[in-house]
Amino acid sequence: MKFKLIAAAAAAGLLASAAQAQTEIQWWHSMTGANNTGVNELAAKFNASQSEYKVVPVFKGSYPESMTAAIAAFRAGNPPHILQVFEVGTATMMSAKGAIVPVAKVMADAKEKFNPKEYLPTVTGYYSDPKGNLLSYPFNSSTVVFYVNKDAFKKAGLDPEKAPKTWKEFVAAAEKLKASGQECVYTTGWPAWMHIENFSAWHNVPIGTKQNGMAGLDTEFRINSPLHVRHVAMLADMAKKGLFTYSGRRNEGEARFASGECAMMTSSTGAQGTIRRTAKFDWSVNFIPYHDDVKGAPQNSIIGGASLWVMAKKPAKDYRGVAKFFSFLSSPEIQMYWHTFTGYVPITTAAYELTKKSGFYDKNPGAELAVKQLTNKPPTANSKGLRFGNYVQGREVIEEEMEAVFAGKKDAKTAMNDAVKRGNDILRKFEAANK
Amino acid sequence: MEKRVVFRSAWLPYALVAPQIAITIVFFFWPAVQAGWYSFQLQDAFGERTQFVGLANFAALFNDSNYLHSFRITAVFSLLVAGSGIAISLLLAAMADRVVRGALAYRALLIWPYAVAPAVAGVLWLFLFAPSIGIVTFALRSLGIHWDWVLQGDQAMLLVVIAATWKQISYNFLFFLAGLQSIPRSLIEAAAIDGAGPGRRFWTIVFPLLSPTAFFLLVVNVVYAFFDTFGVIDATTQGGPAGATQILVYKVYYDGVKAADLGGSSAQSVILMAIVIALTVVQFRYIERKVQY
Repeated sequence: MKFKLIAAAAAAGLLASAAQAQTEIQWWHSMTGANNTGVNELAAKFNASQSEYKVVPVFKGSYPESMTAAIAAFRAGNPPHILQVFEVGTATMMSAKGAIVPVAKVMADAKEKFNPKEYLPTVTGYYSDPKGNLLSYPFNSSTVVFYVNKDAFKKAGLDPEKAPKTWKEFVAAAEKLKASGQECVYTTGWPAWMHIENFSAWHNVPIGTKQNGMAGLDTEFRINSPLHVRHVAMLADMAKKGLFTYSGRRNEGEARFASGECAMMTSSTGAQGTIRRTAKFDWSVNFIPYHDDVKGAPQNSIIGGASLWVMAKKPAKDYRGVAKFFSFLSSPEIQMYWHTFTGYVPITTAAYELTKKSGFYDKNPGAELAVKQLTNKPPTANSKGLRFGNYVQGREVIEEEMEAVFAGKKDAKTAMNDAVKRGNDILRKFEAANK
Repeated sequence: MEKRVVFRSAWLPYALVAPQIAITIVFFFWPAVQAGWYSFQLQDAFGERTQFVGLANFAALFNDSNYLHSFRITAVFSLLVAGSGIAISLLLAAMADRVVRGALAYRALLIWPYAVAPAVAGVLWLFLFAPSIGIVTFALRSLGIHWDWVLQGDQAMLLVVIAATWKQISYNFLFFLAGLQSIPRSLIEAAAIDGAGPGRRFWTIVFPLLSPTAFFLLVVNVVYAFFDTFGVIDATTQGGPAGATQILVYKVYYDGVKAADLGGSSAQSVILMAIVIALTVVQFRYIERKVQY
């Protein structure tokens, strides 16, 4: 009798543990605010859709912080399954061959259906190896767009429906805005991302050799070209005349545009949420301006944001769960949810079409504009993205040099030459460390 | 007569100091040795490939004009933070010492900022001085001063110095106040009877008697300015604009923690350690001679 009881209890225990045998997939991310809600929602939806795996999203601080945490966890032998890494960390992740598993391999091993052709080329190109194999999953991608305060344009006697298309028109409009008493005419978020990286892609000129670093670690910066120098000099001249107000290296400028202080801004598509909530004026989202004497411009803009990397050293069966989760994330409905909820661009053509059909873009034209700008032309070697070793430091160098120009401490040519020299030192060190 | 207390037990004194020694080894010596070891290596972020590169990390640093520039930045920053921190808190302590009514409230208020974390202090000042929304910016603008530390390096330096100093004043204040209160009243009264004014009394009696405290605070403040201020910098200028507030310890933090360049960051921390050791030795050998205990 007693024996039977024990056997029954043991059987019950076995059953219970079978029910708990869900495999947990750890997902470290850096999403805050509404985007954090979105991440939790995605995980909840996936967990409800099947019972075998459970995705557990964990907020690990800012992008550099979560990456540092993951590096420490990997060194200690216990990394998460999925790690969200910002775009500038791409080269570091991809060189860590023993620390990551390429997404293409994860999908193939799990026999999950996966066709790279269904994805937007500008998005997947950024995160693929030269052979076209997807290395990380493009999760949240944004790009830089041009915001205009239509009310300020009206006040300055400019046509609010006609945003400047070229930098020439832009400067002319800026002068009129200034004359109308606008205190801050133009500002920008993410100066290096906008005025060097996207600027180069938009004009189809290289940021660096070896396809912007995508084809090899022995890449060198090329951002001291006459076009780059001319553009930075133009910005410095605008700063001197009070037409351009520098706000900082991150998205500090966005609050200045949203409050109406600045009449024009270039910044991430991700700024739209804030502007929509706070702006008490009419505004529009436009293509970023280009220099019309450059042949082939405008080309296409490049993405920013982050992608999901699959970390190595996990049990084989866990990777099947990761693959299933990525398939789930790629479905048009989920993509549309993420795209419309956060403002990040959809990564598959199907999701884009679905959102179009839903009528979302009629109400939010700015959301579609980003996709149009990213796919303006088929990407070239100069415009499919960039991959520079330790670009966390590299981008900082570029920003430092640009600041020196805007403050009037250096001329544009010297500064860009210095940026190239200092940037190349970082690239050589990275190359040596990752041989 | 022998005044020293002597332990009769052979092991007890060692047992009593053992916890402190253990903590020092685990949290100070061990990381320091590790930093020294890493500074000779070139490693990728995940530590998969490690090469011994000798002094290459150091050579790279000294070839970098920006790194050399940050020595100057650090010297200016530390001098300003330690100097103004000590001067202001001495003034405040001398004042608070004379307050008769509500002295406790004054003291409590002056000690408060010490409870604030460096990052929080940074953010606080960041908002006050923010180029577009800051209250102080607004006031300065109405005075006709163009305040824009996002681009003006000197203004950025001023901002981080204010934020870093403000945080340290309370600590200094506490020590100065204690020092002041331990000075016998009779000495000051005697001087007053002899006709010495408040200024003279301060410089000839109070200040010399405070010199051990002042010396101690000098050492502590220099160490603070060198090591503990990266939180303030990170929350405000992040070393910008154009490296104008890139002090040595911030670069150590940035390169090591944010950019995952372990070798370069370790080499910098070894250099920083050498500087602070040298400074402390100098302070003890030359300045301490002037101190009257």
